[in-house]
Amino acid sequence: MAGRLQSWFKGAILEVQEYVRLIGRVASASVTPPVYYRDIIAQFDSIGVGSLTVVLLAGLFTGMVLALNSGYTLDQFGARSMVGRLISASMVKELGPVLTGLMVSGRVGSGIAAELGSMLVTDQIAALRALGTDPIRKLIVPRVLAGLIMVPILTVLASGVGMVGGWIVTVLQFHVASTIYWSSVTQGLYVQDVWMGIIKPFFLGFTIVTIGCHVGMRTTGGTQGVGNATKLAVVASSVAVIAVDFMVTKVLIVLMY
Amino acid sequence: MAQEHTRSALLEEALGPGGPIIVFDAVNLAFDEKVILRGVSFTLLTGHTKIILGASGAGKSTILRLILGLLKPDAGRIFVNGEEIEHMSESELMRVRADLGIVFQEGALFDSLTVGENVGYKLFEELNWPPDRANARVAEVLGFIGLGDFINRMPSELSGGQRRRVAIARAMAAKPRILLYDEATTGLDPITALTVDEEIVKLRDLEGVSSVVVTHQLRDAFFVAERTAVRENGRVVFHKATDRKAGEAEFIMLKEGRIAFEGTASELRTIAARDPYIHSFLS
Repeated sequence: MAGRLQSWFKGAILEVQEYVRLIGRVASASVTPPVYYRDIIAQFDSIGVGSLTVVLLAGLFTGMVLALNSGYTLDQFGARSMVGRLISASMVKELGPVLTGLMVSGRVGSGIAAELGSMLVTDQIAALRALGTDPIRKLIVPRVLAGLIMVPILTVLASGVGMVGGWIVTVLQFHVASTIYWSSVTQGLYVQDVWMGIIKPFFLGFTIVTIGCHVGMRTTGGTQGVGNATKLAVVASSVAVIAVDFMVTKVLIVLMY
Repeated sequence: MAQEHTRSALLEEALGPGGPIIVFDAVNLAFDEKVILRGVSFTLLTGHTKIILGASGAGKSTILRLILGLLKPDAGRIFVNGEEIEHMSESELMRVRADLGIVFQEGALFDSLTVGENVGYKLFEELNWPPDRANARVAEVLGFIGLGDFINRMPSELSGGQRRRVAIARAMAAKPRILLYDEATTGLDPITALTVDEEIVKLRDLEGVSSVVVTHQLRDAFFVAERTAVRENGRVVFHKATDRKAGEAEFIMLKEGRIAFEGTASELRTIAARDPYIHSFLS
């Protein structure tokens, strides 16, 4: 029992060590040549544009269901007109970043782990190195940059669409005037909330993509290993999204509020 | 990115025809408890061929990965093209890899790129050749392996043999002086395997490439060792190699991480009569 615990602990430490090493190598490769611009643009497209539909749909329906639930509750206090305030604060501060993070984890984190894992088990990564290409620069840096830049943009869009979803329900279901809804939305938002909604997704995007890359690059065991890596990437990055969200929120509250 | 590297005239001469291009000196490697190589030493001379035989898991492919610097030995020294590589960083190794090409077991072609993009990968991405020159070279090497019409196909549209031949084209595109073949014919039918063997012989005899061929297919190993390619009236034909030419191809038989035999094809046949392990392997 003690032996198994010890080997589990060693394995965990090794994973953390390798993850930190990967981040260090990505950091140094990001600021030194050669830079593979075409791959960076391709990843911006794949991670950013490719995730747009799923993120927008998630944002829209979250805003709608939030309006639906909060509308009935607030109605009991005669505060129907306050729905916008609740939606804007929840979407921008919390639901926008976290839901975008979870959606991107499912779509992008798994995709990265599967793609890199398959490349590893079919020797394509070794072939890249043999052809004189550093896989970190060619494969990882573009993905990390795309995650870092595109997840905040997706989050802003998701939060925006969420508020539109809330507006649709509030106007059609609760018959609140559009102007009242939108003025309530702006009243509910403080500058700190907006900053929080913009800063958090940088950390979430970075976490999702680096976990996907780390897991993919450590795939072993053929095609079955690729399946396991994909599963692990989704689970680990989803949990990490929520954990990192909590930690960053805590730090930002201390710093900004 | 490959860097320009200058060497003294003396070293250039020493590494010229007949000089050592790959040297393994008492190389040891183990993964955790499992010992893969124990004190392996050999020398590959420029323009010659080493054919590494052995059972699965004997450490054959590991030798190729050590030559490329994809793995580091636990002990011993490895020289490639006049440079000692075992302590080199990844960026220094890129310089050594500029003169190396490898054909992996399943081809390891990049799935998302066309055949032409795969073959020209190094020229376009790493060496930054002008597009006209790179495209001309891609067409030339695809013509050399007889797949000129496949330039716009995706790897998934190719047969197993075609994939290996495209992998050979990719490995040779940047004109490396050393080519490594990791079980390039495994899993292919004998006729398709023969087309791959012919490419290996053509590259060695017509382009002067030094080769390390890892295989457990004896038919392919003896074909590469005992055949020679010559150009006659614009066509490439294969003849039986002269004794001198056949002597330039040496076999290495690995057994439990050690070299159990090293010598030419005829010496291998002779010793097979005495050594039960080699006999069982050959039969």
